[in-house]
Amino acid sequence: MQIMSGSIRFFRRNAVAYMFLTPWLIGFFALTLYPLAYSLGLSFTNYDFTKPDSTQWIGLDNYIKMFGSLFGVSEFTSTTGELMRVDPYYLKSLSVTLIYVFVSVPLKLIFALAVAVLMNQKLRGISFYRVVYYIPTLLGGSVAIAVLWRKLFEKDGLVNGVLSAFGFTDLPSWITNPNFALATLILLTVWQFGSSMIIFLAGLKQIPQEYYDAASVDGATKVRQFFSITIPLLSPVILFTLVIQIISAFQVFTQAYIIGGGKGGVLNSTLFYTLHLYIQGWQYHQMGYASGMAWVLLLIIGVFTAIVFRSSDWWVSYGVGE
Amino acid sequence: MGSVNNMKNKTLVRHTLTHIFIITLGLFMIYPVVWMIVSSFKPNNLIFSDPSLIPKTLTFENYFIGWKGYAGTSFATFFTNSLLMCLAAVVGNLISCSMAAYAFARLKFTGKRFWFTIMMITLMLPGHVTLVPRYVLFNTFGWVGSYLPIVVPKFLATDAFFVFLLVQFIRGLPKEVEEAAIVDGCSKVGVFLRIILPLATPALVTTALFTFLWTWDDFFNHLLYLTKPDIFTVSRALRTFVGDAGAVSNWGSALAMATLSIVPAFILFFSLQRYFVQGITTTGIKG
Repeated sequence: MQIMSGSIRFFRRNAVAYMFLTPWLIGFFALTLYPLAYSLGLSFTNYDFTKPDSTQWIGLDNYIKMFGSLFGVSEFTSTTGELMRVDPYYLKSLSVTLIYVFVSVPLKLIFALAVAVLMNQKLRGISFYRVVYYIPTLLGGSVAIAVLWRKLFEKDGLVNGVLSAFGFTDLPSWITNPNFALATLILLTVWQFGSSMIIFLAGLKQIPQEYYDAASVDGATKVRQFFSITIPLLSPVILFTLVIQIISAFQVFTQAYIIGGGKGGVLNSTLFYTLHLYIQGWQYHQMGYASGMAWVLLLIIGVFTAIVFRSSDWWVSYGVGE
Repeated sequence: MGSVNNMKNKTLVRHTLTHIFIITLGLFMIYPVVWMIVSSFKPNNLIFSDPSLIPKTLTFENYFIGWKGYAGTSFATFFTNSLLMCLAAVVGNLISCSMAAYAFARLKFTGKRFWFTIMMITLMLPGHVTLVPRYVLFNTFGWVGSYLPIVVPKFLATDAFFVFLLVQFIRGLPKEVEEAAIVDGCSKVGVFLRIILPLATPALVTTALFTFLWTWDDFFNHLLYLTKPDIFTVSRALRTFVGDAGAVSNWGSALAMATLSIVPAFILFFSLQRYFVQGITTTGIKG
């Protein structure tokens, strides 16, 4: 009898909990797990969305198409016997994205930290300043700002207008110049450091003032205090922000799409990975190939995240006195 | 005494310098946005020759022309579309994410740790890996060309960020009230509806706020799924308005509509500021 009531309670408890979880579980299975497995499968086929009946298993061909040029291959015979061309723009899109991630993420975090330290003072009007500094982040991801950005950095745009007022002549169109196009996008990203700033501010407020007081008594300079107290105590927060920023930087799309006019810009200088994926999948209907690209992106992000977490052993400290 | 005064003066100088620095940098930061807003009131032919923030002549013409939209659809339609779609997304996220969060934060059940780990992994998963199959799936349902591919996932708690945010918040709530209610014979569903949801209001507001803003600002999904001008959202419409080559002759009206499109963000931001900080610091997302 007692075992019965015990197991009934067990089932009831689980039933109630799983009832609450039902929407999430359906979402997980139907919209995450199944698509995940399905896209891995598709990446070994030549699936074309417009003619699904002619889908064939092509083994690793999609992956050769991505990385073939690394091994000096430009054409190869596919599993289905046709001559297949290596994607000439894939590695370009990868390198554009990697440069973007490597430059924009550190710059953004350094900027966010510097401003957070500046904002972590007892000053009149400081909360108003924080609001002002957050505005670019509030709006930054929108199409409106991407449109604005393109206009700012065009040949006859505002930036050149201001620069020529200072006597500069012969100014380029920053957006359509392959040497500067990516830089304008990086600038757009760094400009939106507001969220990281707010996270750092919250972290800074957790650091007890006594540490700084004690360090001052011992004669440590402000710079020394920053590197010996602030940075180590903030390092878990920095790690967290770094991981999140890396993951999202790899997936940037909207700004690149709008600023490049739906393409990769001049000489593909702003052909971001996700933009290339979209063009392959939805403009050329190469959805098998796009799926493969998505899986490689997942692996790349996974590797980077793992490296960052691994490296945290020697630069992140948890607790005082380490 | 003299040294105290000296100290005070030093602090004053330091504070003044900091103020000047922060204000200068801040002006530099918001200049593009302010310039966009101001320029939308300038005559079209003067916009780019004039970097100043004070328009010499004020006109609303850009707004009248821009509002007409294109392809026979006005921005009134685009704004209504965006608004309704975002509200549906908010309702979806509030219901589904709070349910999942309650289970993870408060209920005991078999496999809890496993599912929670899975949920945390999906938090990090780039959306692109599920993109093609989702598209194919929604297409077989006949949903491409409607709002369903964007709204339905919200009712299935696919935004793990918000589940996580709500779990963190609910875990921090005091348990006494719930325990008392259960002793009084209140069911788990009753506890959820009558105790957890009211107490979790701040986190729910944060969820609603960010869901609204991100759905409003999202472009990729709108580009994939909203295929006809009459169902375009504001962000999708703005992109077509500007065109591929950026060859729009009327940049004034493009900037005017861009300005209008950021109005909801401003309103929400200034009326619900503290929820922003909470949302950002718990989940560390966006931007």
